[in-house]
Amino acid sequence: MSPQFLYTIEVMLNGLMAGVMYSLVALGFVLIFKASGIFNYAQGVMALFAAMTLVGIQNGQVPFAHLVNAVFGTNIHGFGWNLPALFAIILTLGVMILFAILVERLILKHLVNQEPIILFMATIGLAFFMEGFGDLMWGSDIKVLDVGIPSGGSLWLEDKTIGWAAEGSNYYGMYIDKLDIVATLVALLLVITLTLFSQYTKTGRALRAVADDHQAALSVGISLRRIWVIVWAISGFVALVAGIMWGAKSGVQFSLSLIALKALPVLILGGFTSIPGAIIGGLIIGVGEKLFEFTIGPLIGGATENWFAYVLALLFLVFRPQGLFGEKIIERV
Amino acid sequence: MGARAAAQSIDQGAELLRVDDISLSFGGVKALTDVSFDVLRGEVRAIIGPNGAGKSSMLNVINGFYHPQQGEVWFAGSQRRNPKPHNIAHQGIARTFQNIALFNGMSTLDNIMTGRFTHMKQNMLMQAFWRGPAEREEVQNREKVEEIIDFLEIQAIRKTPVGRLPYGLQKRVELGRALAAEPILLLLDEPMAGMNVEEKEDMSRFILDVKDEFGTTITLIEHDMGVVMDISDRVVVLDYGRKIGDGTPDEVRNDQAVIDAYLGVAHD
Repeated sequence: MSPQFLYTIEVMLNGLMAGVMYSLVALGFVLIFKASGIFNYAQGVMALFAAMTLVGIQNGQVPFAHLVNAVFGTNIHGFGWNLPALFAIILTLGVMILFAILVERLILKHLVNQEPIILFMATIGLAFFMEGFGDLMWGSDIKVLDVGIPSGGSLWLEDKTIGWAAEGSNYYGMYIDKLDIVATLVALLLVITLTLFSQYTKTGRALRAVADDHQAALSVGISLRRIWVIVWAISGFVALVAGIMWGAKSGVQFSLSLIALKALPVLILGGFTSIPGAIIGGLIIGVGEKLFEFTIGPLIGGATENWFAYVLALLFLVFRPQGLFGEKIIERV
Repeated sequence: MGARAAAQSIDQGAELLRVDDISLSFGGVKALTDVSFDVLRGEVRAIIGPNGAGKSSMLNVINGFYHPQQGEVWFAGSQRRNPKPHNIAHQGIARTFQNIALFNGMSTLDNIMTGRFTHMKQNMLMQAFWRGPAEREEVQNREKVEEIIDFLEIQAIRKTPVGRLPYGLQKRVELGRALAAEPILLLLDEPMAGMNVEEKEDMSRFILDVKDEFGTTITLIEHDMGVVMDISDRVVVLDYGRKIGDGTPDEVRNDQAVIDAYLGVAHD
C-alpha cells in the first residue's frame, strides 16, 4: 500500500475519534432538548464545571478557598489528600445530581409553559452564572486532569502498521492517541447504556413519554418535574464524561466550555432530537473536517478546521433543516 | 387509605365524584359558571353541549389540569385541593384527549405499557442494579397489557409505531393506554370524534364492555347524540359554561331548555 493511502486512512481514523469527542458533547444537548424542548446553552459550561469539580475533589482543593481567605484573612489551600479517581468521579456525579435538582427548583419550575426562547435565555444566564461560580469555587487557573486514562500514541498500533507500506518508503506506522481510543470505547458504552435504559426501564419509558407529549405523560401519572431532574442529572453525567475526556486531552480551562460551539453543527447535522443522530453527526463532522484539512486544506492555506463544520452546518440548514435524523417539522396552517 | 383504595371501596351506584359550584375563567372569559353534578360508581355519565359549552374544561378540572377559581371537587369521599395532574392518575383517574395525545415515537405496545406507569413500583436504581424484582414486575405488567390488547382487538398493530396508524386505531390505542392504568374513573374526551359509523359502533361496544367487564366508571364527552343516548346512563348538558340539564337520556331529550340550546330559540 502506498504511504499516501495509509495517511488518508490515518486521517480518517483520527477524524472519527475527534468526532466521538464532539458527539459526547452533542449527546448532552439532545437529551435535554428531547425531554423538555430546551436548547441548553449551558451544556459546555456544565462539562467545564464537572471537570473542574472532579479535579478539585481529587486534589483535595477547598471549595471557595480564595473567597474564604480574602474575607476571613485565613490561609487555607487544600485538605491535603488525593482521592482515588473512581471515588472522585462518583462524588462529582453526586455534585452534578445536586446541580440538576437545583436547576429544576430554582429555574425550570418557575418557567413551566413559557416560550422556548425564554427557557433558552434562562440557560444562557445559567451558563454565565456557572462560569463565574466554577471559577469562584475552584479558582480560574488551568488544571491538569489525571484520572489514569492512558495517553500518547499507541505503539502497538504503530508496530503493527509499520510494515504495511511498500518496502523502502518513509512510513513509520499509524499514530492514534490512546486517549482517543478510550474516549471511543467510553462513548460507545455510554450510548449502549442510555439506549438500554430508555428502552427497557420504567423511567426510560417515562423519559420518552415526556419527550413525545407532556399532557399525555401527566395523564398517565408521570411527574414532569421529576423527569426534568432526571434528564438534567443524566446530561450532567454526560457532561462529566465529556469534561473528563476533553480535560484529559487539553487540560481543564475556560476554553473547554467553548466545545459546546462545536456541538452546534453536530446537532444541525444529526437533528436535535436524535441520539444516534448526535453520534453520527459528530463522526461526520470529525472525519469531514480532518479529511478536508488534509486534502483541500493545503490548496487554500490551511486552518480549515476552524470553519469547515459551520459551513457544512450552513449547507444542511439550507437543504435539510431537520438534520439527518431529526423529526420532520410539519406545521398545520 | 389512599384515594385510589378509597375509590375502590365505594359501592356500585354510590357517589364516586362530585363537583360543586365549579366556576372557571381564563382572564375575562368564563369557561364554567356554578356547575354541579355527580358521577355514580359504575355508570356511564355523558357531558354534552354545543361547541364552547365548557365540556373539555370540565374534564380538565376533574383531571387536575385546570384549577377552578371557585367550587369544590370531591373524589371518593374527600375534597381535592389543587391537585397536581400526575397525582390524579395515581388516584385512579385516567383519560383520553380530544386531539389524540399518544407517544408518537413509541409502538402500540410501549404506549399501552406506559399507561401502566402508576402500577410500577420499582425505582430507577433498583432497575439498574437488581434486575430480579424489576423484571418480574415488567412481566406482570406486560401480561396486563397483552390482555388489553386482546380486549381491544389490536394484536395486529402491537409493534407498529403509533404515528403510522390510521386515526380510528390511534383512538383505540389511546383508550388502551387509559385502560392499562386500571382506572376507577375513566374520562373520555370525544372518543368518537372523526370516526365513521363502523368505527363508532366498535368504540361504543368497547365502552360498554369496559363498563360491564371491568366495572369502570366512565365520564365522556360526545357530540353524536345517537351514541350518547344509546350508551349513557345519565347525561349532563352544558351551554355557555352553565348547566342547563341533567338526567337520563330520555329526560334530557325532552327537556325544552336543551332543545333550545341545540336548535336555537325562535325570536318572534
